[in-house]
Amino acid sequence: MNINLKIWRQKSDHQDGGLRSYRLENIDPNISFLEMLDILNIKLVKEKKDPVAFDHDCREGICGSCGFMINGRPHGPQKATTVCQLHMRAFNNEDNILLEPFRAEAFPVIKDLSVDRKAFDRIISSGGYVAVDTGDVLEANSIPVTKEDADEAFLSSACIGCGACVAACKNSSAMLFTAAKVSHLALLPQGEKEGKERVVNMVATMDEEGFGACTNTGACSAECPKEIGQTNIARLNREFIKSKI
Amino acid sequence: MTDFNLFSKAPDGDLYTKWEDYKSSLKKLSPEEANKYKVIVIGTGLAGASASATLAEKGFNVHAFSFHESPRRAHSIAAQGGINAAKNYKSDGDSVMRLFYDTIKGGDFRSREDNVYRLAEISKNIIDQCVAQGVPFAREYGGLLDNRSFGGVQVSRTFYARGQTGQQLLLGAYSALSRQMEKKKVKFYSRHDMLDVVLVNGKAKGIVTRDLISGKISTHSADVVILATGGYSNVYYLSTNAMASNVTANWRAHRKGALFANPSFTQIHPTCIPVKNDFQSKLTLMSESLRNDGRVWVPKKKNDQRKAADIPEEERDYYLERIYPAFGNLVPRDVASRRAKEVCDEGRGVGPTGYAVYLDFQRAIEKKGEEFIREKYGNLFDMYQNITDENPYKTPMKIYPAVHYTMGGLWVDYNLMTTINGLFSIGESNFSDHGANRLGASALMQGLADGYFVVPHTTMDYLAKEKPLEKDITSFPEFIEAKKKTEEEISKLMKVDGSLAVDEVHRELGKIVWDKIGMARNRKGLKSALEEIPKVKQKFWSQISIPGDDKDVNQELEKALRIKDFIELAELMAYDALDRNESCGAHFREEYQTEENEAKRNDTDFKYVAAWKYSEEESPKLFKEELQYKNVKLKTRSYK
Repeated sequence: MNINLKIWRQKSDHQDGGLRSYRLENIDPNISFLEMLDILNIKLVKEKKDPVAFDHDCREGICGSCGFMINGRPHGPQKATTVCQLHMRAFNNEDNILLEPFRAEAFPVIKDLSVDRKAFDRIISSGGYVAVDTGDVLEANSIPVTKEDADEAFLSSACIGCGACVAACKNSSAMLFTAAKVSHLALLPQGEKEGKERVVNMVATMDEEGFGACTNTGACSAECPKEIGQTNIARLNREFIKSKI
Repeated sequence: MTDFNLFSKAPDGDLYTKWEDYKSSLKKLSPEEANKYKVIVIGTGLAGASASATLAEKGFNVHAFSFHESPRRAHSIAAQGGINAAKNYKSDGDSVMRLFYDTIKGGDFRSREDNVYRLAEISKNIIDQCVAQGVPFAREYGGLLDNRSFGGVQVSRTFYARGQTGQQLLLGAYSALSRQMEKKKVKFYSRHDMLDVVLVNGKAKGIVTRDLISGKISTHSADVVILATGGYSNVYYLSTNAMASNVTANWRAHRKGALFANPSFTQIHPTCIPVKNDFQSKLTLMSESLRNDGRVWVPKKKNDQRKAADIPEEERDYYLERIYPAFGNLVPRDVASRRAKEVCDEGRGVGPTGYAVYLDFQRAIEKKGEEFIREKYGNLFDMYQNITDENPYKTPMKIYPAVHYTMGGLWVDYNLMTTINGLFSIGESNFSDHGANRLGASALMQGLADGYFVVPHTTMDYLAKEKPLEKDITSFPEFIEAKKKTEEEISKLMKVDGSLAVDEVHRELGKIVWDKIGMARNRKGLKSALEEIPKVKQKFWSQISIPGDDKDVNQELEKALRIKDFIELAELMAYDALDRNESCGAHFREEYQTEENEAKRNDTDFKYVAAWKYSEEESPKLFKEELQYKNVKLKTRSYK
């Protein structure tokens, strides 16, 4: 298949960027989207041109490194799929494909399609943990957890921190990301004790980092490659109200 | 040249109480005293994050470095199947002794008894720790922890979180690390590559790094340096490792004097999605846990072009069940991989290339129901379907072995210290616990054992005997010299004005390493690898092209710095595989096999760890650590 790419090129956050066009021919529809970009980059290197910078690592949809906008959607057209798991068969011959970085004030552009998502780490640092030191713990089976709670906590904890939720949100809110961690720990007896402080601190950090407010449109969940549900946000709100009582 | 008398430093005494006795004999520092010391940790995967968090809790000032944006992106996150622990929750006769024995046997009697026993012992604490952090392991309806079976063992001791166990464990360690970052006990340097280790008076006292955003080369001094930088499977180009996983930190330490042990012990995982075309950038693993319910088979006939569904039961060869009736589909990884290669080489492989075998869930779906299979392996089935465009609930998966893990690594003693004083190595980056083959669900166990429960104690002991640095010493000539060398190397790379992308050279290297130092090796192939690799090296240094500026984000330069080291490592792997005139575990030398095509070990001549010293001018020099077996009897490994 042949494709026409338009890619956002920007040297750094301090410089202006713009779209540039590239055409690739005879692309095997069974290669992955990132392998298609590898082909483009090898071509650019051979022409002594600067290759397109993008983040990626595991290429198995779990490390959360990859992620950019494809035709206006985070991670592209396929539901519950990270860019690295997207294959060219999701597109048609002669398609125009537009690639842009995730855009949010809290995610400054590093270069081209690569953005800085360290704000997420700072949200976790402000309370996304159980305060236990190594070795200072109970025997594992002395803390029973019902299967339902463990499964539910797992689903929240499956977040890969890619930032698609922020990119999908018209307000660039990090609510789904924050709520997933708050939920994961609120659902488990281990996380219960620090629940009040956790939710207050994490929400405060989220605001300080420049993420916008949540207006419950649900775009975040719809675009989340791990299908983290809206119920997490409801749970965060409940935890937040509880902390005020 | 310094000579090494390789001695594990494991204390004498009873195996069963050795670690506890030793631990209590180690020197301690109070949190106030510890606060005077600075510790550098490279890598923040399971081993690095757990070590950094634990050392910070003990009062040390930790500076943690990663080439990733965030610690949560380290490749530990991709481990699927599970983590072993000798909890014996299933009352199926499991014990520390049994886990110890399974690991030694699985490693084909090429690992150290003392280290492996300690690992088995600590396994129980790891589960306690992770549960306390809120790791959502799979549970039974009664609320207690669930277990499953893995290859090479006959008990059920693997704890798991669906097919995302590595993710959940790493997020646990990352949360402990984040807590210490908030307390300012850990300073995290994101997007930094370590390019050299700096020695002052023979001791590791710092590092040289490149900031991957600004391109700036910096030096950092500390009282001790811990490497937790993972394995080197990417030397094969195609592997299940993440794209940027590399050997650079370890290789730079090796060049500075740290011995590299058993480099040719590399694990080929039997259940991966087969290579489909030339553009393939990486391979994807399908967790070994699938072999609990999946049955491996190929057609009995050669070149059988029929669809799987059209091949009747009696014309299928369930070869693992046939050859190994006791373990069946759950034989260890090296055995399963080799047998897959064998049936494909015979012409009985399936799929477009003929290099694949079936992993069939039909019987499990009939017996237990599709819902049961979905619950257990849903995300793996989805991943398979997404990549291959085939539905594994309806047709069997096609799988083939791929490089997955490296047992070899920096040589370390019982304290996990390398042959450089003050330089420690933990997790996959060291060679220590898996011998010639690692059992499934043991990598997570080792990473966390080293990071949470071993290295914090041994580092503290080392530091208690060292005077803390009074100030930053990066103005010392050793640092200035190391920084200069790094800058010179980069400018030399930038000046190579060829026409090849670095990836193209890497692919060429990978093919040589896979063909000649892969699943089966022989003397002739290894010798030709030693002739071909220097040619790749020459090509690299004369024909690559790195556009752009080194004082900027430059992903081609990042790759070039890594490939340069992979090329040198590949040569060492060939030397190591050539020296070991026996077959053991994953190291299968075709000249040394039994009549039934099983590995033929030679305990008289090769019961040693091969540790290699780097030399710029001549070939690497071999030092041997003789392995002592006092508690287990050396046996021929049998899974029949």
